[in-house]
Amino acid sequence: MLDLETIIKRVQEAVPSCRIELVSNESHSGHHSLLVDDGHAVEVARFLRDAPDICLDYASNVTGIDWLNSTVKEKVPVTETVEGEEKVNEKTVEKTVPGYLEVVYHLYSMRLKQGPVILRMRTGNRDPDVHLPSLTPVYRSAELQEREVYDLFGIVFDGHPDMRRLLMWEEFEDHPMRKDYFPPEESDESPIDEQARPKQ
Amino acid sequence: MTEDKQLQDELALYGVHLTLLEQVYNWGRSNSLWPLQFGLACCAIEMIASVTARYDLGRFGSEIFRPSPRQADLMIVSGTVTKKMAPQVVRLYNQMAEPKYVLAMGACAISGGPFKGGYNVVKGIDRYIPVDIFVPGCPPRPEALLNGIIHLQETIRRQKLSGPGKARHADRDQPSEYAIPEEGGRDLVPQYNAETWRPSWQGGGK
Amino acid sequence: MTSTEEVESISEKSERLLNISMGPQHPSTHGVFRMKAVLDGETVVKLTPVFGYLHRNHEKLAERTSYLGNMPYTDRLDYFCSLTNNWAYALSVERLAGIEVPERAEYLRVITAELTRLQNHLAFLGFLLNDMGVWATVLIYGFREREKILDLFESLTGARMMCNYMRFGGCRCDVPDGWVEEAKRITDELPGVLDELEQLLTDNEIVVARTQGVGTVPGRKAINAGLTGPVLRASGVNYDVRKVDSYGVYDRFDFSVPLGSVGDCYDRFMLRLLEMRQSLNILKAALNELPSGPIINPKAKNRNLRPPAGEAYGRIESPKGELGFYLVSDKSGTPYRYRVRPPSLVNLTLLEDMCVGQKVADVVVILGSIDIILGEVDR
Repeated sequence: MLDLETIIKRVQEAVPSCRIELVSNESHSGHHSLLVDDGHAVEVARFLRDAPDICLDYASNVTGIDWLNSTVKEKVPVTETVEGEEKVNEKTVEKTVPGYLEVVYHLYSMRLKQGPVILRMRTGNRDPDVHLPSLTPVYRSAELQEREVYDLFGIVFDGHPDMRRLLMWEEFEDHPMRKDYFPPEESDESPIDEQARPKQ
Repeated sequence: MTEDKQLQDELALYGVHLTLLEQVYNWGRSNSLWPLQFGLACCAIEMIASVTARYDLGRFGSEIFRPSPRQADLMIVSGTVTKKMAPQVVRLYNQMAEPKYVLAMGACAISGGPFKGGYNVVKGIDRYIPVDIFVPGCPPRPEALLNGIIHLQETIRRQKLSGPGKARHADRDQPSEYAIPEEGGRDLVPQYNAETWRPSWQGGGK
Repeated sequence: MTSTEEVESISEKSERLLNISMGPQHPSTHGVFRMKAVLDGETVVKLTPVFGYLHRNHEKLAERTSYLGNMPYTDRLDYFCSLTNNWAYALSVERLAGIEVPERAEYLRVITAELTRLQNHLAFLGFLLNDMGVWATVLIYGFREREKILDLFESLTGARMMCNYMRFGGCRCDVPDGWVEEAKRITDELPGVLDELEQLLTDNEIVVARTQGVGTVPGRKAINAGLTGPVLRASGVNYDVRKVDSYGVYDRFDFSVPLGSVGDCYDRFMLRLLEMRQSLNILKAALNELPSGPIINPKAKNRNLRPPAGEAYGRIESPKGELGFYLVSDKSGTPYRYRVRPPSLVNLTLLEDMCVGQKVADVVVILGSIDIILGEVDR
């Protein structure tokens, strides 16, 4: 199988204006992934599917991830003037990384029996209705799974032929897989429910 | 007179059998409980297994599963009732003809079971319809379901059709249909049916 | 055609069309699945599946349960095949945390997984024939054999259905005395049962008439729609995760992958029968070669497992298709994201395409031939 560096190079040749970068994965699985900008994701996916030596013709798994706002401690060099002398000190600064929603596609090649190549797309923020392009026109297998992501995470997929809720009923207002969702207050709270409640 | 067991037994020796119409009626219907063919989740598989050759629910007269609620006497709630499913469960219950009974099979139907913490799970079907028999287990073995049905049969045989303490279906003041919950923006409306269930802080029995 | 005539024909047609709702309580929907169908006479014009009647929040609950605590929840996904679900989840966690599995445990996993495939397919035949109107006959034959396999599961794991058997780095307990001999006896008996079923069903006029040419899916379309498992292979695509990934010790066994040629309901039905024969081959070899040794990696941590940050996707060939678990860890004791790739749900993508143009009675057979389990479709 082609390594991810080569695939990135090939994608950049085929879709010149797209931004694509490698997201490395520190765990033992070694599943690194490709982050694609949402403007060109459909073109990139179509290229990956149709290029004869890559031929990722099968999208296995489509899912969303909710990343909350996080604070990262960074060491920043700060130039300070102490007693007329300039000194470069390192100072720890807390930085807030805004949260975002992410969609992950696991692509395999059924013809070449290879894979997986993992594609990711990210939204800019965690607003109630964030938009990402749908890959259903390229991979039909994403149809129901993207509807599920819309239902549970609230990502609207542009270009999806049938963007409705999949699991919850139509009148339901929330997106329950988001990390800040709380189930409705029960009229009879037993101690078990209190423990199960996620910490705020 | 016929409630005198000794006299009944004595007369039976001479081939004279005395009984109450109530007893014959209860004996008859307790031995031909037709369940509604209605599987919800994992427990439904054990329900099917209890109909097949090894456990043979037919020995107790309940092997005829009816797909239509109009023809069924017993609703076996076999599995997790979700909030999306609860309105249809209540609707099916309302469509069943009296006398009707409900058997809550498995931990999920009783209390939500392992999925109790879920946002889409009803924490016990007794919040919406009256339940006659609870069969615990996750899932209960077919033997447990058989035991539950035998218990239900015993309950039916003891039921009175008139006088004080008569059975629910014989009491005109008792409701036979319950309000169907509606799907709201965040949850089912109402969250429980006050006619059948109350939370413990409001004097409920649970 | 002039425009007025066109309008007339449309209004005439819309008067003729009939909207029906099948399910969620319907004897043919294998649980609480619902289909909204539009019929022209008896022919299906449009069919919309409705999901979610058994959505019990697996993924949300998993985010607040420990890695080990999620194992019993996986039993309840596809409640026919708890052991393959266990394996898929254990495989993903092992990839995430880098845990090795001893050889004996791999063999036990293969044995239990193939037994699971057998009992799933036996029950599948019963349900499919039920859907065709053979009220309970084949179902009772299938369940008779299934009970024998469930007895094996019970003596091994303590439960008939919810086995909760596998652990990260191995299995929970070793086989009891005499288990392997009993398993061998059952695997020796099963070919006779399969002969009996094949004799009864494969040339049966009604089965042939109800399934041949019904719900055909071409191979290319099946790949694009992500169909997996027997449904995909019935369309002639040679893709079996046991061969492609050769996870576990599947590369040590000699078995072939049966393929269909047309992709209709008959192929899907026959494929299960043929697959059971291959499973029996694997089982025979695995039971004979079962090595001795530990059943769990002594270094593997199960309680309070905190895998390094990162993500992993593990997939296996479950009886329904490709079952995958996608896990994201943030170094805490619970998964940050836990996703089940459900074969039953994705296999339903083409349900409408298969059904449109067929008779309404065929919808029941088509759904039966896909072999769905609602616990996995809705999770």
